Amino acid sequence: MALLSNAAVLLGKEVRTEFRSRELLSTTVVFVLVVLVVFSFTFDASTSDSRRFGPGLLWMAFLFAASLMLQPSFLREQSNDTLSALRLAVSDPFAIFLAKIGANTLFLLVTELLMLPVFATLFNVPLGARLPLLLLTFFLGSLGTSIVGTALAAISAQAKMRELLLPLLLLPVLTPVLAASTEVTVGLMAADPVVKWKGLGLLGLFDVVFLTALWLFGEYLLEE
Amino acid sequence: MGKRALLGAAAVALLVAAAYAAFFVAPTERTMGDLQRIFYFHASCAWAGLDAFAVCFIANLLYVWKRQGRYDWLGVSAAEVGLAFTTVVLITGPIWAKPAWGIYWTWDARLTSTFVLWLLYVCYLLLRTLVDESGRRALLSALFGIFAFIDVPIVFGAIRWWRTQHPAPVIMGGANSGLDPVMRKVFFFSVLATHVFMAFLIAERYALEKIRGEVEELREEAEAA
Repeated sequence: MALLSNAAVLLGKEVRTEFRSRELLSTTVVFVLVVLVVFSFTFDASTSDSRRFGPGLLWMAFLFAASLMLQPSFLREQSNDTLSALRLAVSDPFAIFLAKIGANTLFLLVTELLMLPVFATLFNVPLGARLPLLLLTFFLGSLGTSIVGTALAAISAQAKMRELLLPLLLLPVLTPVLAASTEVTVGLMAADPVVKWKGLGLLGLFDVVFLTALWLFGEYLLEE
Repeated sequence: MGKRALLGAAAVALLVAAAYAAFFVAPTERTMGDLQRIFYFHASCAWAGLDAFAVCFIANLLYVWKRQGRYDWLGVSAAEVGLAFTTVVLITGPIWAKPAWGIYWTWDARLTSTFVLWLLYVCYLLLRTLVDESGRRALLSALFGIFAFIDVPIVFGAIRWWRTQHPAPVIMGGANSGLDPVMRKVFFFSVLATHVFMAFLIAERYALEKIRGEVEELREEAEAA
């Protein structure tokens, strides 16, 4: 219980820090928008093509955005020298990860909620009646991205070339998330929507597996 | 002769024997002809590569637990050797695929997941070059190695739904699969040969990494003094 209450306090701190400056969110939203516009040059965004390729492009835009957005998670603590203070403040370092994962998932979801209608309008893809399941897919996908991304951001923050390193470490590990969420999203955005439960199951499995791995090994990532 | 030289001699002898068996002992396959013979090499290298990555994973776990340099040395050695074998798989695959399928590469499940596996370990080695301090490098790369290896079965599972063009598992596959008894013996013999070769390469690379690690330790001590 101490873990959860610690994590909740830290989550409040993460969210407060972000909403005071809103640097991260505004930059990420604009980045996704730019990527979507750039993508529109690569294929004819007529309805049938959009339905087939659109979801994949959308997810790629989100993954690229995430790989940039997750950088400051630990860099910010490092440049302000607050990581040791955080470690002393909580009994279980996993709380730090939980808070950061929560905050990053929240920021990603806000970005996705803002960009989903824009994507639907620009690429002429109706979001349809399957919206709740679509939101579930985006939640599970973003959660998985944040879990792995937060862990790897802790690694890349301690290395050289960190800006380049994080996407490099993150994207190969996230291939299952990209594959599964694209499959599910294509199914849900089709003219006759189908629900690919297997894909949703795989996203859930990915989240559980990596959250467990982080719970087991997370503390070593924060060693001084 | 040292132990490693003996292992090396055994590996070379076994590889030569396996090559002889693949070309002259194994019967010619009915539809693919001689082309199929690359499979003895291709599939056994894939097997050896995966096992090398498993060794790397175990070494990574042991490093996080025990914090002894030797597990770090074993981890990087096994990762490099696994990467070498996986590279062979990715090269021999297209050599076979061009005449058999008419194309060098297709984004099929097993090809794609092998490629992702290869990328994961390239990133593992890349990460090691980007952390200067030896203890930190060992710990961070061990943790990334653990995450990467956990990811492997999920990658294979996720990409499996895509239509697969790769031959279905013949060894330990379903009820109707199975190899000709001679082919089977030749195949398992080449699996043995590649594994001995893999063990030899890891042992050699480990010896090198051990020296490198000890020099690095001494240098760090000298700098601190």
